[in-house]
Amino acid sequence: MSTTLLRTIQLNQFSLLGTALIRRRSNNVSVRCCGSQTATTHEAKQTPPSRVAPKNHKSNKLDEILRDYEAVIGIETHVQLSTLTKAFCSCSNNYGSYPNTSICPVCMGLPGALPVLNSKVVEFGVRLGLALNCELSLKSKFDRKQYFYPDLPKGYQISQFDIPIASGGYVDLDIPLEFGGGHRRFGITRVHMEEDAGKSLHSDTEDYSQVDLNRAGVPLLEIVSEPDMRSGVEAAEYACEMQRIARYLGVSNGNMQEGSLRCDVNISIRPIGQAEFGTKVEIKNLNAFSAMSRAIDFEISRQALLYDQGKADQIVTETRLWDEGAQKTVTMRKKEGLADYRYFPEPDLPEVILTQEYVDSIRASLPELPEAKRRRYEAMGLGMQDVLFLANDVSVAEYFDAVIGKGAEVKLAANWIMGDIAAYLKNEKLSINDMKLTTQELAELIAAIKDGTISGKIGKEILFELLAKGGTVKGMIKEKDLVQITDPAEIEKMVIKVVSENQKQLEQYRSGKTKLQGYFAGQVMKMSKGKANPGLLNKILLEKLNAKD
Amino acid sequence: MLSTLQPPRSLSLLPLRRFQSSKHIVSAASSSSTAPVTSPPQSQILTTRRSLLSGETTAVEIAKSYLSRIRLTEPQLKCFLHVSENVLKDAQEVDQRIAKGEELGPLAGVLIGVKDNICTEGMPSTAASRILEHYRPPFDATAIKKIKDLGGIVVGKTNMDEFGMGSTTEASAFQVTANPWDLTRVPGGSSGGSAAAVAARQCMVSLGSDTGGSVRQPASFCGVVGLKPTYGRVSRFGLMAYASSLDVIGCFGSTVADAGMLLHAISGYDRFDSTSSKQDVPEFQSQFLSVDHFECKPLKGVKVGIICETLEDGVDSGVRSATQEAASHLEALGCVLTEVSLPSFSLGLPAYYVIASSESSSNLSRYDGVRYGNQVMAEELNKLYECSRGEGFGGEVKMRILMGTYALSAGYYDAYYKRAQQVRTLIQKDFKAALEQNDILISPAAPSAAYKIGEKKDDPLAMYAGDIMTVNVNLAGLPAVVLPCGLVEGGPSGLPVGLQMIGAAFDEEKLLKVGHIFEQTLKGSSFVPPLLANVA
Repeated sequence: MSTTLLRTIQLNQFSLLGTALIRRRSNNVSVRCCGSQTATTHEAKQTPPSRVAPKNHKSNKLDEILRDYEAVIGIETHVQLSTLTKAFCSCSNNYGSYPNTSICPVCMGLPGALPVLNSKVVEFGVRLGLALNCELSLKSKFDRKQYFYPDLPKGYQISQFDIPIASGGYVDLDIPLEFGGGHRRFGITRVHMEEDAGKSLHSDTEDYSQVDLNRAGVPLLEIVSEPDMRSGVEAAEYACEMQRIARYLGVSNGNMQEGSLRCDVNISIRPIGQAEFGTKVEIKNLNAFSAMSRAIDFEISRQALLYDQGKADQIVTETRLWDEGAQKTVTMRKKEGLADYRYFPEPDLPEVILTQEYVDSIRASLPELPEAKRRRYEAMGLGMQDVLFLANDVSVAEYFDAVIGKGAEVKLAANWIMGDIAAYLKNEKLSINDMKLTTQELAELIAAIKDGTISGKIGKEILFELLAKGGTVKGMIKEKDLVQITDPAEIEKMVIKVVSENQKQLEQYRSGKTKLQGYFAGQVMKMSKGKANPGLLNKILLEKLNAKD
Repeated sequence: MLSTLQPPRSLSLLPLRRFQSSKHIVSAASSSSTAPVTSPPQSQILTTRRSLLSGETTAVEIAKSYLSRIRLTEPQLKCFLHVSENVLKDAQEVDQRIAKGEELGPLAGVLIGVKDNICTEGMPSTAASRILEHYRPPFDATAIKKIKDLGGIVVGKTNMDEFGMGSTTEASAFQVTANPWDLTRVPGGSSGGSAAAVAARQCMVSLGSDTGGSVRQPASFCGVVGLKPTYGRVSRFGLMAYASSLDVIGCFGSTVADAGMLLHAISGYDRFDSTSSKQDVPEFQSQFLSVDHFECKPLKGVKVGIICETLEDGVDSGVRSATQEAASHLEALGCVLTEVSLPSFSLGLPAYYVIASSESSSNLSRYDGVRYGNQVMAEELNKLYECSRGEGFGGEVKMRILMGTYALSAGYYDAYYKRAQQVRTLIQKDFKAALEQNDILISPAAPSAAYKIGEKKDDPLAMYAGDIMTVNVNLAGLPAVVLPCGLVEGGPSGLPVGLQMIGAAFDEEKLLKVGHIFEQTLKGSSFVPPLLANVA
C-alpha cells in the first residue's frame, strides 16, 4: 500500500496516552492523511470560503490545444460532522486535542469493543441528503470497508456500501461573474455515512511515525458527485457550495485547513465529441478551493499536452498530489488493479430504519439554503455580486435578513454590510457574530440617514463607534448632539458668517474660480460640526456666493 | 500461577459419586433399574447460598476448597490459562458482607470460570492466542460486570481454541486441555476449558461462548450442562469477536438450574451492544422446583420434535441410542414426541463455515501489532503486519482468515457469502416452521462422544463435520441447552453424551423447565467424572 518503512514500533499497552511510533527510514512519506502535524489550534473559527484565483496565464499554444479537449471532473467530498461525540462511541469529538486523549476501547479497536451508532450522525445525514435534493433510503445499512493501515484501528472502516442513506440528488449554484458567471446544476450520486480514520504523524527527521487516534471514529458524510464539472472553476465552486451547505445546515464547520472538509478530485479528459471517458486520475491534498482550481487546471493541461504529443498512454490510473510549492501535481501512487475492500454488511450494527415522519420532521426543520437565498435576494433586486456576497456566509446572510426584516431598505443594508462593516470585520479579524453592532441598530442607522435625522457622513462616524463600542443609534445621536441641522435659517446664518470671514476667497470665486465653492462648503460644515444638511447647505451657499450685493 | 494457592482441603462440599456404568452402551434412562439410587444433582449456586446464609460455611472456606481442587487437578487437566490472585480476597469480601448483615447478591460467593475470550479488567484475556499474550483489557465485558455486581467471583480464565476456532481446545496457543472423563481425550471446544473446569468441579459454573456449538459440544463431551442463549439475549460487549452475527456468550453448570441462574444474571439489553435485545428476561428460577414437587407427568402435553436428520448415518450408534432413550424418558414425563424433518439441515455446515470465516477474517484484522498484543519489529509496514500476524496467529486461525478473505473477495462474494446468507434464511424458516408445531426440538449435541487428543488434528474437515448438530442453531439464532443424557463406552468409566434441546427465540424459560425436569428425573444421573472420584 505504501512505501513507508518501519523500524520499530514502541508499544504502550493500555496507556491511553501511548502513541505507536512507527519509524521510517526513507524519504518516502506516506500521505494517506495530510493533516497538520502539530495540533494546537482550538476552537475552529469559520473563515468564509475564499474566492478562486483567476487562471494562470497560459501560452496561446496551450490554449489552442486545450480548445480540442473536454475535462470530465467528479468530486468526492468528505464532510466531518460537528457532533459532540464520535460516530460509534461516546468520546468527545473535538479538533486539536492533545494526541490520543480522546479515545476509548471502541475507537481504539480493542478486543471485544463494539460500535453503537450516534443518532446525530443519521440526523445530519438526512439533513444533508435532503439539502442536496436526494432520495433517502428509509432502510440503509452499514458495511465494513477493509484495509490495513496503522491509523485504522479495527482494520476496517465502518462505511456504507451498496445502500447509502441518500442518493440521486443535485446542487444548484451560481458561478461568480469574475469567472464567467452563469447558473449550474451538478448531479449528486450519493451521500453516505462513515467514520474517519486516525492520523499518522511523520516526524520531521523522517525516521519514525506516530499514530494519533483522536480522529478515529469521528463521523463523516461522504458526498459523491456525478462527473458533471468541466473546469477547475466549476469544481472549486461546487466544493465551495458543499462547504456553504454544510455550514448553513450546521452539520460541519467545513474548515478545509483542519480537514473538516476534504475533497478528492477525479479527472479525465477526452477529445471534444468523444463519448467515452478518458483515463481517470485522482488528485488529493487539496486543502483550499484555489488550490483545487489550480490543480485541476494544471492536470487538464498536463493531460491535454500528453494527448497532443501522442503520449496519451502515459495518462494512467493513479493518485496524484497537488504540490502547492511547485504548483503542480505529482504521482503519489499508481493503482495496481482495483483495490478490493472486501465490503460486507457490518454485523455489529442493525439496519438504519428511517420513518417517513422522521424524514418529514427534518425536512420541516431545514433552514433556507444558499440557493433559495440567492434566488430570493435576486428577486429583491440585488445584483449577482451582492447576492453571492451576502449568501456566501450563513452568518452574514442571517444578519442581512434580520436587518431588512426590521424594515431597512434592501440596497442600503446590503451596501453597509458589504462595505464598511465587511471592511471593519476584515481589519479586526472578527466574524459578523462577534460584532457589537446589532441588527436593530443597523436598521435604525439606515432609517435615521434615510429620514434625514443624520447625514450620511455622521452615519458613518456613528457606525464605527457602534462597531467598536456597541450602544444605540438614538443614544449616540442624543449624547453627541448629532441631529442634522435642517433649519435653513440656521444654515444661512453660518453661511453668511463664513462668507463674510473669507472675503479674499469670495473675490477669487467671483472672478471665476468657482472650485472654491467646495472650500466654503467645508468651512460651513466644519462650523456645524458636520451636522448641516449637505443639500441645504450647498443650495444656500450658492445663493450667497452668487448674490450680487 | 498456582503456587500461591492453599494446600488441599476436604472436598466435602461436593456430592462425589461415580456414575455406575455397565460394560456396554449405557444410557442413564435405561440404566435406572440397575443403578443405585442417587439423589438428583443439586444446584451449586443454591447450595452455596444456603450454606453461606445459614453460616454452615464461609465463602473463604468454599473458595479454598475449590482452589485446592484446582491445584490438585490442574496439572493433568490444564483447564485454566490464568487463575485469579484475588479469589480469596473476593471471598473475604462476601464474608464481610454476611458478617455485617448486608444484602447478598444472588451469585455471592459463586466461583465462576471465564472463557479467555471474554474481557476481564486487569486480568489476562488472550483468547488463547499468542497475538494477545499478556494482554490485560482495561474494561470488563458486560457479562462480567453483571456477575461481579451480583457477588460472583471470577476464578480465572479458561482455555479454549484460539479465538474460538476449533472443536477440541487443541488449537489453544498455550496448552491442551484434557477431558476429565478420560485424560487422553479432548474436552471438546472451543470452550473446552470452561466445560472441563465445571466437570472437574474446579469452579461451580463457567462462561463460554458459542459461535457454532462451542458451548454445547464441550458440554456434551464433558458431561455438564451447556446453555446457548438466543442471539441478542446476552450482551456481546467484551466478548472478543469471532463471527459477530453468530457469537453468543453461554453458560456451563453441573445442573440446568445453575446454567439457568447464571444466564439470568448476564442477560438483558446493553446499550454498549446494538445487537442485544430489549426482550424482557423472565425469572427462570421459579422453574427449578425440587423433585418432590413434581407432578407425576410433569411435562404433560409438551410437544417435542426429534429432528430425524440428526439420527442418520454419520452419528455413532451409542449416541443415537442415548438420544432415543432420552426421547423415551421425555415421553415418560408426559411429552408428546414426533419426528420432524428440517430439509435444509445439511446445508447449514458449509453455510456456517463460509459466514463464520468471512466475519472472522474481518474481526481479526484489528490484531495488527500496532496498538497492543504481539508485535514483531520490522523494517517496513507490510513486514510488521506479516510478522506480527504470522507469528501471532495459529494455523487454524490463519486458515479461517484465508478462507474468509477469499469468500469476501470481489467476484466471489455472491457465490459464497451471499449464498450462505440465503441458506441461513432457509434454515431459519425451517426451524420456525418446526417450532410452530413443537415446543422444543431435540437432537444429539454431537455425532460422537469425546474423541482422542490428536485424532482429528490433521483432518480439519472431519473436525468441522462434528459441528453438524449445533451450527444450524447459531445460524437461526435460537436458544439451546445441552445436558448429559447417558454414557457410552470409552475411557475408564464411560463417556458422557449430551442431548440438545432447541427452543424458540427468547424462550429459554421453556428449555430450562424441560431440561431441569429431565435432569432431575433421570435415574442414576450423577455425571461426575472418574478423575474427581479418584481425587476424593
